[in-house]
Amino acid sequence: MSEVLVLVDHANGTVRKTTAELLTIARRLGEPSAVFVGDGFDAAKETLAKFGAEKVYRVESADVTDYLVAPQAEVLAQLVADKSPAAVLIPSNSAGKEIAARLAVKTDSGLITDAVDVQAGEGGGVSTTQSVFAGSYTVKASVTKGTPIVTVKPNSAAPEEAAGAAADEVVDVTISDAAKGAKITESKAKEASGRPELTEAAIVVSGGRGTGGDFGPVEAFADSLGAAVGASRAAVDAGWYPHTSQVGQTGKQVSPQLYVAAGISGAIQHRAGMQTSKTIIAVNKDEEAPIFELVDFGVVGDLFQVLPQATEAVKAAKG
Amino acid sequence: MNIVVCVKYVPDAQSDRTFNESDNTTDRVGVDGLLSELDEYAVEEALKLVEAGEGEVTVVTIGPDEAADALKKALQMGADKAVHVKDDAIHGSDAIATSLVLAEAVKKAAGGTPELVLTGMASTDGTMSVVPAMLAERLGLPQVTFASELTVDGQQVTIRRDGDAASETIVATLPALVSVTDQINEPRYPSFKGIMAAKKKPVEEWSLADLGVDASQVGLDAAWTKVESFTKRPPREQGQIVTDEGDGGTKLAEFLTAQKFV
Ligand SMILES: Cc1cc2nc3c(=O)[nH]c(=O)nc-3n(C[C@H](O)[C@H](O)[C@H](O)COP(=O)(O)OP(=O)(O)OC[C@H]3O[C@@H](n4cnc5c(N)ncnc54)[C@H](O)[C@@H]3O)c2cc1C
Ligand SMILES: Nc1ncnc2c1ncn2[C@@H]1O[C@H](COP(=O)(O)O)[C@@H](O)[C@H]1O
Repeated sequence: MSEVLVLVDHANGTVRKTTAELLTIARRLGEPSAVFVGDGFDAAKETLAKFGAEKVYRVESADVTDYLVAPQAEVLAQLVADKSPAAVLIPSNSAGKEIAARLAVKTDSGLITDAVDVQAGEGGGVSTTQSVFAGSYTVKASVTKGTPIVTVKPNSAAPEEAAGAAADEVVDVTISDAAKGAKITESKAKEASGRPELTEAAIVVSGGRGTGGDFGPVEAFADSLGAAVGASRAAVDAGWYPHTSQVGQTGKQVSPQLYVAAGISGAIQHRAGMQTSKTIIAVNKDEEAPIFELVDFGVVGDLFQVLPQATEAVKAAKG
Repeated sequence: MNIVVCVKYVPDAQSDRTFNESDNTTDRVGVDGLLSELDEYAVEEALKLVEAGEGEVTVVTIGPDEAADALKKALQMGADKAVHVKDDAIHGSDAIATSLVLAEAVKKAAGGTPELVLTGMASTDGTMSVVPAMLAERLGLPQVTFASELTVDGQQVTIRRDGDAASETIVATLPALVSVTDQINEPRYPSFKGIMAAKKKPVEEWSLADLGVDASQVGLDAAWTKVESFTKRPPREQGQIVTDEGDGGTKLAEFLTAQKFV
């Protein structure tokens, strides 16, 4: 069976959930081989084995970590040339998409981004599903040239355990000077909120201009549900919430089981980031707000009344 | 500094965007189009850089006849000249082919390697965010994407980027390619003077032959990927709406319990 390369998404060896999802998908297409770039492999090994990685290609050079995406693309290009994998799966975040883009050009291969499902194609290859035009269309596509390179969105598969050997092999790569053209000179870590990561969370509660800058009720409600907190661009532009929490066309695209929009009107650019959520709830003072066109349940009312009451009721129900 | 900005003509997001039934490509003709909103930020940033120093801003697009509208808007904002690459053979090109043609167009427009290439963070129709990285790869340039701040000092560009885990400062030497986000500036509206001036600005039209690109490398038949099918998602049916009469929060919690979220 041919190998399927999976680029591991991790922070110093702490493997993110998307990697388990990608390994699960890889098993539909062939034999998963993880590609681990950076420090912390010992911490990661167990998780990679648990989700079925038979092999792990490791790259531990500082050349790769201090620079942006180009060196990682070179690593993958070298592996594609050496191993002729059936496909390469990469997490669909901004870095992942750039790595994939460069890899596609280097290997003269077709690229599909933001897949929400990947299956083995009928005549070999892969068959992907994407959601386009702000979630209004579902597109099925395939790669017709080279090695299929697919970036896969979080929550595209339920991670399934399957024991793998995770036999590691250190790969030597030569990184070209061109790939070192952009260097990270400073990195200020974000404060951890203690809440789930926005794109991975099962429930997201977002606040907009209607919060008037007070995210207290939104956060309290989110915490009662164990949810991540998001924001509209209006709230972000006003400086009320960090840009990394923005949901929408130019923020995060989320697709949780439940999305709650509080004090958000539902502009097309906001919808582009949340329209594919399974269940949608809105709380808005204005019954004409376009967000109500999307909802499974809506409350026309003041979020400062509705959310605290709902928070108490949820807490009471949980006991 | 001479800057080349890549801009795209896209179907208006406010209208009903769709596909061509015949070949599964994005319908760019039957729908109102405009300069991708996200590329306005790149044009604005280029204008600011040139206004603060010297040089010229050239905008480049690949697209059908209608894409001239996107160039016109950029020229009205203040860009100095424009290049329109159009060729029937380009129809149906995917990102890889687009980047191939764009790379040649950028080189020709700059008369060699440009000092700085700016792009939007994503096109509002494709939203793939891959053309900038592909273009950088083809031009052999360092690339920094998603810049929310950009400064140029001599031969060095410094970029701030708001990542998920960290806020990063990234330094690259020119020539380089930078994609900018909608956080970077506030794009200007064309002034009356700008609109009048734009009428006299040069717009060059180039075909694939002008760029030395073989038509067999682009277009639908040469695409590296194939759209097998597209289905319109059924519109979401509006669910239950209640008006808060002092018990809105309780009703909301009841819905959550009934749906097993609690
Ligand atoms: C290029 C571009 C990219 C963009 N990208 C994004 C994006 O990624 N994400 C995004 O969100 N937007 C984006 N936007 C902006 C988008 O067009 C809207 O301006 C934005 O989403 C509005 O945010 P809002 O709904 O919070 O504010 P508003 O539209 O002002 O809505 C506020 C809502 O709050 C309600 N309200 C007020 N007070 C209360 C109260 N006490 N209780 C309950 N409800 C109340 C009001 O009735 C109103 O409906 C983008 C725009 C552009 C041009
Ligand atoms: N056809 C095109 N003509 C000119 N520039 C383009 C074209 N397609 C994409 N770009 C540039 O690449 C950026 C990202 O596009 P995309 O990768 O399609 O999301 C856009 O914001 C443009 O700056």
